[in-house]
Amino acid sequence: MSGFFSLRAWEKVWTYRDTFLLGLWNTVKTSLFAILLAIVLGIIFGLMATSGKKLPKTIARIYIEVIQNTPILLQCCFLYYALAFSGHSIGIIPTGVVALGIYTGAYMAEVFRSGIEAIPRGQFEAAQSQGFKYVEKMYYIILPQTLKIILPPAVNQVVNLIKNTSCLYIIGGADLISLTYSFVTGENTGGSYAPGYIVSGLCFFLICYPLSKFAGSWEEYLKKKDRKTNVAAKEA
Amino acid sequence: MSEIEASFSLLKNQNVLLYVGKGVLFTLIISVIAVLLSIVFGTVLAICRNYCTAGVTRILRFLSTFYIEVFRNTPLLLWIFICVVFCPAPQFFSRKMLGLTSVETKLLWKAAVALVLFESSIIAEIIRGGLNSVAHGQFEAAYSQGFGTVKTFTLIILPQAFKSVVPTLLGQVISTIKDSSYLANVATIELMSRVKTILAVANRYTGQENIHTSDVFVLFGLAAVIYFLINFTLSCIVRGMQARRKHAALRNRLAA
Repeated sequence: MSGFFSLRAWEKVWTYRDTFLLGLWNTVKTSLFAILLAIVLGIIFGLMATSGKKLPKTIARIYIEVIQNTPILLQCCFLYYALAFSGHSIGIIPTGVVALGIYTGAYMAEVFRSGIEAIPRGQFEAAQSQGFKYVEKMYYIILPQTLKIILPPAVNQVVNLIKNTSCLYIIGGADLISLTYSFVTGENTGGSYAPGYIVSGLCFFLICYPLSKFAGSWEEYLKKKDRKTNVAAKEA
Repeated sequence: MSEIEASFSLLKNQNVLLYVGKGVLFTLIISVIAVLLSIVFGTVLAICRNYCTAGVTRILRFLSTFYIEVFRNTPLLLWIFICVVFCPAPQFFSRKMLGLTSVETKLLWKAAVALVLFESSIIAEIIRGGLNSVAHGQFEAAYSQGFGTVKTFTLIILPQAFKSVVPTLLGQVISTIKDSSYLANVATIELMSRVKTILAVANRYTGQENIHTSDVFVLFGLAAVIYFLINFTLSCIVRGMQARRKHAALRNRLAA
């Protein structure tokens, strides 16, 4: 636990606080863009998976299976090196955004698919009989209803995405973990392992804990409501 | 065209294949051991978080909740880095074994500890879900039959809880295999890191002057196929199990 109680180590962290802030900012930036990409991909492939047509369904299935069954680290490396060696390097953070977006998109697609499948068939039929077109039906009737159901798993995926930004380290990262690591092992800044790791861990915890707490309590709420309606239905 | 041919010649190189094959083996061994240890540790955490509600034992509940929340909300890589610095390595691991140098075995031990610590927090939550699904009457029935607390858990509650979470646990094995690739950041033992190591010197094997994009595709493609085959097989098993369970539950409801 060298340096945990040493004031000098903590002072060093404070002197170089900009490193941590920069890392945090990079992590947040990467996460935000990746989340957007993931949601877009999730909606597109989720709709494809529930479209009931063979071709889109197969494409969505292949995307989801291939991405979910290989590690994010591998995908990130693959993307980065393939771009780098072919001379089209787009930089570390954009690579991370794309890789994380595609990876989490596969999970989001599963989340959206299960959400859409949880909506009773009658809703689809009612919308159709009222003359809604496919896009209108999904946009006005189905997706608003799924939103409530998919919130907990979607937020959990967001938490995973934020944690997975650490995969940027392997491609030479600029995220919080990578900067912390280069801080604690750096020539001028090195040595203050414990304070450095505590600060960076705390940053992650402060972002992720409220999110997962929210997901957990929302899920509880949905379950309780479900039970209530079930009881009411039985009584009726 | 010769570039691509040269890249594919990597797959015919005995040394490369042996190196990667050992990496696959290490990935599997690390993941299975990590999950098994995490199940033990996770069970203890889950029981503490769920049932230590009275008196002094509430400290245990607080500690296990704290542990689970901290590890679930911070990245694995952070814990790997922390363990590499702070985790003590027993004398047993500071020697050559399994074809690794003593430095590598020590790193393997430290990184594996981090993986176990991280996975056990997730597995604890899975097992807690299983414990919650056991009806409360089971406790009362067990106590009324004269079972003590320990026996109630080991003979009555845990078997039921485990049975209900087997598919989820198997799914967690998939995640663990994927997560184990994070070890590539510190050690060159498992699949991901070995592929990356080979890529760095790929031109030596292909006989080309430089490393080409096709090398990236061949090597990472190989790793992706291996990961995919392992994980897809597992996830098919998981899905089969879930479908059978759903079917059985439906039949029970219809019969009742």
